[in-house]
Amino acid sequence: MRDGEPLIRWVWIGDHVGELAHYTGVHLRLGLLPVLFGLIISVPLGMLCHRYRWVYPPTLTAANVLYSIPSLALFMIFVRYTGLTERTVMIPLTLYTLSVLIPNVVDGLASVPDPVRQAATAMGFSAVRRVVQVELPIAVPVVVAGVRVAAVSSISLVAVGQLIGQGGLGYYITRGLQLDFPTPIITATVLIMLLALVTDALLVLTQRLLTPWARGKGAKA
Amino acid sequence: MNDLLNQIQLVGEWLTSSAQWHGDDGIPHRLAEHLTYSGLSLLFATLIGLAFGLLVGHTGRGAFAVATVANLARAIPTFGLVVLVVTLAGLSTAPVLVALVALAVPPILINTFEGVRGVDPDARDAAKGMGMTGWEVLLKVEVPMALPLILLGLRVAAIQVVATATVAAYPGLGGLGRYIVDGLSRNDYQLVIGGSAVVVALALVVQAAFTALRRAVVSPGLRPAAAKS
Repeated sequence: MRDGEPLIRWVWIGDHVGELAHYTGVHLRLGLLPVLFGLIISVPLGMLCHRYRWVYPPTLTAANVLYSIPSLALFMIFVRYTGLTERTVMIPLTLYTLSVLIPNVVDGLASVPDPVRQAATAMGFSAVRRVVQVELPIAVPVVVAGVRVAAVSSISLVAVGQLIGQGGLGYYITRGLQLDFPTPIITATVLIMLLALVTDALLVLTQRLLTPWARGKGAKA
Repeated sequence: MNDLLNQIQLVGEWLTSSAQWHGDDGIPHRLAEHLTYSGLSLLFATLIGLAFGLLVGHTGRGAFAVATVANLARAIPTFGLVVLVVTLAGLSTAPVLVALVALAVPPILINTFEGVRGVDPDARDAAKGMGMTGWEVLLKVEVPMALPLILLGLRVAAIQVVATATVAAYPGLGGLGRYIVDGLSRNDYQLVIGGSAVVVALALVVQAAFTALRRAVVSPGLRPAAAKS
């Protein structure tokens, strides 16, 4: 850092509000769409693993191996196929969410008490209706716990995508380093943390709305 | 399919060219740098995470604080933190360590805490009834029973650290990320994919090492429970 440069130039932030808002939007899209896609993949896959237990170990191993591939390396492998586009960031992030989401969907479904399942069957629920109306809602707290971890880490990983030119707020991190100017780096880092924490809080709220019965018992969400 | 073979061939050529195995930019040197960053940060993170996790899990005090701190730490973008510390403190190993430790503490802390807290209260009471002191209960009962979860936390932390240490190359530090960053800026795809392959291989080795470690140190009586995690 240059001598005499303050840690934060507040004027810079004031001058860049519009641009910061734009990159924040991009960042949210790059970070959260993968979680949504991950959920779309994990719910049916988790249901399958719950029903046919032998599917579970190989699926989980595959997801864990994917997770152990560094993001930077995975981005690079995808550059070849999808170019320097947003997809190159979103596909790996989607794959990462699976290692948290699939086990949580399976554990969530396993947390459904057997009498509840039997009661639904006895009331004449078809298998599909039982899963959609009874088992999945009861699994919500465990699934949301996974979604929270996936969303927070996805949002903070997006910044790495800046190394292939698609990193949302990560733009200010590389820019700040090039200019030897800490203000953009600090602003972006703090904004990314805020996005992650606000998203996390909204997910907790969503869970409360989705499980009204939990409140009646005075249970903590 | 052809393309995949093509890539494997590219990686193979890169790995077998002798230039890759000598000097400062050779794989052994970069791997040593990478392992130094990862190993040191994992060591510090383990000390911090285990100490606080065991303390809070054993006493039951401060559970809320642990959850809050771990959650906050998880939201820190490591890439931002590395670059920020380099900008503020200059180029050295310290920035990487600070950022990687911040990344690795939450999974170790949370899993240690949950592991100890989840120990069957009956087992704890039995140990106390046998006249064990607080320390003995912790070391002879709680830690062995929490071991599967503690090791899971360590494994997650180790893999994240090994993976994220690549980012250190961007602000000009060494490690295996050098190949990826340099390859990108020189438009040398072989260098990028070769470096990525080495990092992936290292991550898989770490994963396998932890699986082996768990088999070796978790008490046989706990195996069925351990198999689930």
